[in-house]
Amino acid sequence: MLKIWSMKQQQQAASAASGKKKVTAAQLRVQKDLGELSLPSTMRTHFPDPDDILNFTLTIEPDEGMYKGGIFNFDFTINQNFPHEPPRVLCKQKIYHPNIDLEGKVCLNILREDWKPVLNLNAVIVGLQYLFLEPNASDPLNKEAAEDLKTSRENFKRNVRSSMGGGYVKNILYDKVTK
Amino acid sequence: MATATVLRTESPDRWKYLNNILTRSGPYSDEVFVPGDGPKEFLAGTKILVIGAGGLGCEILKNLALSGFKDIHVIDMDTIDISNLNRQFLFREADVGKSKAEVAAAFVMKRVRGVNITPFNCAIQDKDDDYYRQFKIVVCGLDSVEARRWISSTLVDLVDPEDPESVIPLIDGGTEGFKGQARVMIPTFSCCYECTLDMLTPRAAVPLCTLASIPRQPAHCIEWASVIQWPKEKGDLKMDTDDPEHISWLYTQALARAKEFNIPGVTYAMTQGVVKNIIPAIASTNAIIAASCCNEALKLATTAAPYLDNYMMYTGDESIYTYTFQHEKKPECPVCGNLPQKLEINPELTLEELMEKLQERPETTLRKPSLRAGGKTLYFQSPPQLEEQTRPNLKKKVKELMGDGDELTVSDPGMPFVLRFVLSFT
Repeated sequence: MLKIWSMKQQQQAASAASGKKKVTAAQLRVQKDLGELSLPSTMRTHFPDPDDILNFTLTIEPDEGMYKGGIFNFDFTINQNFPHEPPRVLCKQKIYHPNIDLEGKVCLNILREDWKPVLNLNAVIVGLQYLFLEPNASDPLNKEAAEDLKTSRENFKRNVRSSMGGGYVKNILYDKVTK
Repeated sequence: MATATVLRTESPDRWKYLNNILTRSGPYSDEVFVPGDGPKEFLAGTKILVIGAGGLGCEILKNLALSGFKDIHVIDMDTIDISNLNRQFLFREADVGKSKAEVAAAFVMKRVRGVNITPFNCAIQDKDDDYYRQFKIVVCGLDSVEARRWISSTLVDLVDPEDPESVIPLIDGGTEGFKGQARVMIPTFSCCYECTLDMLTPRAAVPLCTLASIPRQPAHCIEWASVIQWPKEKGDLKMDTDDPEHISWLYTQALARAKEFNIPGVTYAMTQGVVKNIIPAIASTNAIIAASCCNEALKLATTAAPYLDNYMMYTGDESIYTYTFQHEKKPECPVCGNLPQKLEINPELTLEELMEKLQERPETTLRKPSLRAGGKTLYFQSPPQLEEQTRPNLKKKVKELMGDGDELTVSDPGMPFVLRFVLSFT
């Protein structure tokens, strides 16, 4: 009775893998995004389980700027609603940075309010790298660090150095992120 | 005795209006439409699935039963909350805490004689392909993008080009306050849900730094409590937005924050609304959209009139406006743009040899292919560390890495979409 049931299928396709593990749209998209990653020498990924491409770590080693010499690790968690939802990104170390709080949350517009499904993992990674080259005092997540950067760039630089070495800045002990 | 028999006999007028439609041809009836008892009997035998037994689902179930569908299944994983009662009219106060699917099915069966509704109190992902294959039509009244994506791609995957019966139309209704939409998707023939994903308005999010440093609105304080304070104070404990204790905690935190910044207006109900992303639902919008969805189901099943092709939007917040258009299929749609092709391969080949074979195929322009199959990463060209981790697989045999019937996905920076193959060992 249904008209469509009498229509002939135009496309020649095989019937899908039956009873097998389904490939989700999120996985397809992540596979495509990973293939298009262009990582500079300052960044590398680590997949604890290579079969699980939705969870990995990104390591950034800035070769210029105030954070030069630091090794920063970010956890990427991608859920099945990707790319409708952005990936979740968390800094694994406690670092002194105006746009990253002490729990590792990152204030980057495309990770939240400006995320669009047309953006890809490469865009996120470029954005993260930029945060280390140009920390931004006007979007503070760590208010003290932002205040320091605003009042004295030199003082801020000194604080970055001591925090990266695993020292205290204003009574807060930061993780050592240098070799 | 005689009285009882009379009461059980169906009134001849019961289906009067449905009969008017099904026993006569209309000017727009399809050429294959044969008026008479045939369409009605077909309708009665059409197994239809309703996903969601909430605001839209209650309406949909009632409408389908009253339109002559007799074999209905309904799936909903939720239980009834007191706040549902203002519009989800199949539920009563005594039903709070019970399964939506079960209560809705029982209610409609009690009121509409002769209909059989089978409820399932579970997630749609709990059901397998064989379960979905038994239906002729699926109607969705959902509030989640994720669930829509899932059912849409499941129905696309069920299509077998050799078997026209494997094409199960998906009717999707959605509402948001005074606005709504109804759409008909014919898997692989029309666009699927994934094709139109870019049209979704992203959820309005506030920058994290605003939440952290300069909240201006009560909602900012609530989001701060859920996004920043919860992980900080509760660690790995997962927030359950249906747990009143969790909501109370967030409310207390948000209220303290609001006090600090002199922001009035944080309430318990608002806390619940913000963290659950509750969009005000209007019963009459649900009724309009559900009615449209069920008319489409009736038309699809009987061919009495042309069905919606394929997207109707309804706007009721600025006076009233509706617009119907045909949303195009997206050629590079990851779900329906490239259906899995059958790939015959010798399982004794190495992965490297398989990749060479793939590169020889004329329709592909593979230069640096990356491959996955059966949930495993076989070989990725990028990023470098993943390449290194998967390189040893190149020398392994196909049969060691994947199984007959597995889906193989192949991506390449030179291609706009991921190629999909279903493996067939020779």
